[in-house]
Amino acid sequence: MSTIAVSSGAPRTGWRKLLGFNMLTGIIFGVAGWFIGYSAIGLHIHGAGLAYYSTEAGQNDIAIMLGYLLGVVGFLVGLGFGNYPFRRMLGHPPSLAEHESEEEGLFRYFTLSTDHKVVAKQYMIGIGVFFFVGGLNAMLIRTELLQPNVHVFGANQYLTLVGMHGSMMMGIMTSGILGPFANWLVPLMIGTRRMAFPRIEAFTFWLLMAGSVILITTIFFGGFQTGWTGYQPLGSQGTAGYDAYIGFFACVGLSMTLFGFNLVATIVTMRAPGMTWSRLPIFVWATLGTAVLMLLAAPMLIAALLMAAMDRTVQTAFFIPAAGGSSYLFQNMFWFFGHPEVYILALPGFGIVLELLPVFARKPLWGYRLAVAGMLGIAFLSFFVWQHHLFVSGMNADLRPFYMLSTELISLPTGFIFLCFMGTLWRGRIRFTVPMLFCLAWAFNFLWGGISGVFNSDVPSDTTTHGSFFVMAHFHYTIMGGLVFAFFAGIYYWVPKMYGFNLNERLGKIHFWTMFIAFNSTFAPLFALGFMGMPRRVVTYAANLQALNVWVSISAYVLGLSMLVFLFNVVWSLAFKREPAAVNPWHSKSSEWQLPTPVPLHDFDRIPVFDPDPYPYGVDQVPAGAPAAAPAGGAA
Amino acid sequence: MDGKAHFRNVALLWLVANVIMVPLVVFVFGPGLPPGKGSVEAAGQVTDNTVLLAVATPVALAVLVYMAYALWAFRERNPEVIVDGPPIRGDASVQFWWLVVTTTLVLFLAGYGTVRLLADGSGAGQGPNPIAIPSPPKGTTVLPVQVIAQQWEFTYRFPTYGGVETSNLELPENTLIEFNVTSLDVIHSFWAYELGVKADANPGVNNIAYVTTKGPLTFHVRCAELCGVWHGYMFNSGEVVPRAQFAAWITQQRVQYAPATRTLPPYSKTYFPQPLRRGG
Repeated sequence: MSTIAVSSGAPRTGWRKLLGFNMLTGIIFGVAGWFIGYSAIGLHIHGAGLAYYSTEAGQNDIAIMLGYLLGVVGFLVGLGFGNYPFRRMLGHPPSLAEHESEEEGLFRYFTLSTDHKVVAKQYMIGIGVFFFVGGLNAMLIRTELLQPNVHVFGANQYLTLVGMHGSMMMGIMTSGILGPFANWLVPLMIGTRRMAFPRIEAFTFWLLMAGSVILITTIFFGGFQTGWTGYQPLGSQGTAGYDAYIGFFACVGLSMTLFGFNLVATIVTMRAPGMTWSRLPIFVWATLGTAVLMLLAAPMLIAALLMAAMDRTVQTAFFIPAAGGSSYLFQNMFWFFGHPEVYILALPGFGIVLELLPVFARKPLWGYRLAVAGMLGIAFLSFFVWQHHLFVSGMNADLRPFYMLSTELISLPTGFIFLCFMGTLWRGRIRFTVPMLFCLAWAFNFLWGGISGVFNSDVPSDTTTHGSFFVMAHFHYTIMGGLVFAFFAGIYYWVPKMYGFNLNERLGKIHFWTMFIAFNSTFAPLFALGFMGMPRRVVTYAANLQALNVWVSISAYVLGLSMLVFLFNVVWSLAFKREPAAVNPWHSKSSEWQLPTPVPLHDFDRIPVFDPDPYPYGVDQVPAGAPAAAPAGGAA
Repeated sequence: MDGKAHFRNVALLWLVANVIMVPLVVFVFGPGLPPGKGSVEAAGQVTDNTVLLAVATPVALAVLVYMAYALWAFRERNPEVIVDGPPIRGDASVQFWWLVVTTTLVLFLAGYGTVRLLADGSGAGQGPNPIAIPSPPKGTTVLPVQVIAQQWEFTYRFPTYGGVETSNLELPENTLIEFNVTSLDVIHSFWAYELGVKADANPGVNNIAYVTTKGPLTFHVRCAELCGVWHGYMFNSGEVVPRAQFAAWITQQRVQYAPATRTLPPYSKTYFPQPLRRGG
């Protein structure tokens, strides 16, 4: 089991495994924790409620918060996270339990595992589930918007769907996108056998999952009406469902902070001999930039949520203007996290795309240093732009030119990434594999996301686009068109190495083309809808916008179907037509592809020594002193 | 073909695409861009949007033309065999000129946006201390209108007409309007689409936005910030009317709402009523 106390006695086998520390125990402890916090303690605390708004009869926010808190603690203790600290407190020697990292078989995916490859796969399934649930929410949202008036859901259900879609996609899926890739790849790419803090690595995953369950529980408490931004004082006013929002994002924030901390520590301290900064694969640079953002931005979210929780429970009034608070404070704190957050969603996509491009253009990455500068530049600048979310909010009017400039400056490092992308294609030998198609689509989609961003960053233009469907289209182009396309590129590319089977290429191409066309058909009209005056998050809209909305909804269904093609592909390639993957099907020269498939338990027999070049394409084929070969077709 | 020939081809294609697209964008799409020319500020935004689009078009075309060309010209013609391309790792002059061009564009856009913003405020909410105050049309004075947002409706208060509070909005033509936007409960956003005005309504804050009306116009008002369950129903419409008609309308409103006006709190930049409900 995942206990530390394994020095004596044989490991449990068969059904008795269930008795140890694992997910089942975690769920039981978690439910018990909820009842202890909610019923046994919380309901006996009186005087709870807001300083200002009267609460609904029977609503006890303190009880709910305590229930969530103890529920999460119980879940984590049940998984075995308490064992190590408890044993240390009892004076036992520190040791990495063998079972945490060496358990084999399917069962280890349901336990605390400190093998970075296991955590990566746990993340893959975990965020994947919520990606599909969040996608289903989007389908329901689009169903409601088939008609200008309410016809399927009530207003409250609609807003809860919108909020859950946003929270799941932002909080679980896209913030967790490094979970599968960075956890799996960073140790292999930099030549180490584990992350710097393996238990923290596992902790970030299970905490994220605990938070996700909290988010789902909002539907038992009336949902939340604030969207994923959770603005105050609307949140303070909200029913008990908003407590779930706070609990969820607090877990996400803590998970992100620790994840970033772990990644920074790993990349800075655990690189193999020869892996100097200028030899780091570009994906690792993107991961480092993202990790710094997570580490520095997410604590602000936790702080804001803590203050919101105190407003709702112990009668503070940080965000309640009538009682002396400020409605701007939450907006500022939220976006001080929220804007770096959107680059947390962009940088991994840049990293994946630039990592894959040399493989399929068969050329070294063009402008390596420029790409690194672009990523770090974006990471740096992203802390100085958050008030562009508040351009019309009545913020200090003098500050707007500064934020307009800083926002537009971000297009410089983003431009570097594009230049490196284009330069890598230059005179390459481009192979249109499925991962490559997704990378190319990334460039196409992100281009429109970037161009539309110029309109949002310009205050005069933003006066109309702010808070409209235009903004919605803009960030779906950058996040879905950018990151999610890069995510699928990464899946098609790395699944053969991660899971040891090939995804069917023809199904992959069907998936790509339906997704690419349906994506653009869904989101391009939203620019027009925003320009025509449709605000975000409305359940009703002007009748003259119906035709476009119906078009968008139908396209969205096709987009949903394309995801089913992907799922079908996974099931088909895994269960029906399983082809064991070759060791290096893409003929990649990256270090992770030089390892056997499946990657052995401890990754490397011996720690590798890296040669100077992360992308040695074309190097060994050109004889020294000879001009580049120029075969027929003029491609060289 | 060598690199120079490829470069020349891309540049030529890009020029041709620009010759077609830029005039199309400026002269065909431009006039139709939002939010229309219902007010001076709205017309200014149409100009801004046109300029932004005109600047963005060559950039987008450069990427698109290059990509399309590269995917065609540099495709692997024999995918059965793995052959590597030339190990080109960068080009200092390309990087330099890319940096110069993009920096120039960005500084131009930021400078242009700032100049335009400071000229008349562009209809955006400027907070309690506005810095861009347009001057009223000759021979007229500014008309202050307080926009009071609450869950889930907008009402309008006219301090220069006895503090009367109306449930719909009429404005005189060719007049500088000073919207004082505030909220009684949560954050809303006052979006008068055809006027090109958007200003968040924060409780306890007076958010000022200016707009100079032109001729008669019907405009739509929507709440543009999620404000609770019935956010989707928080809309309204208003009209810009000739001055005489406005005078008649406001007089009629004063008479009609006189009993209500007496019970209202005195006109103030902000209000803090006790909440009646916890609407969520």
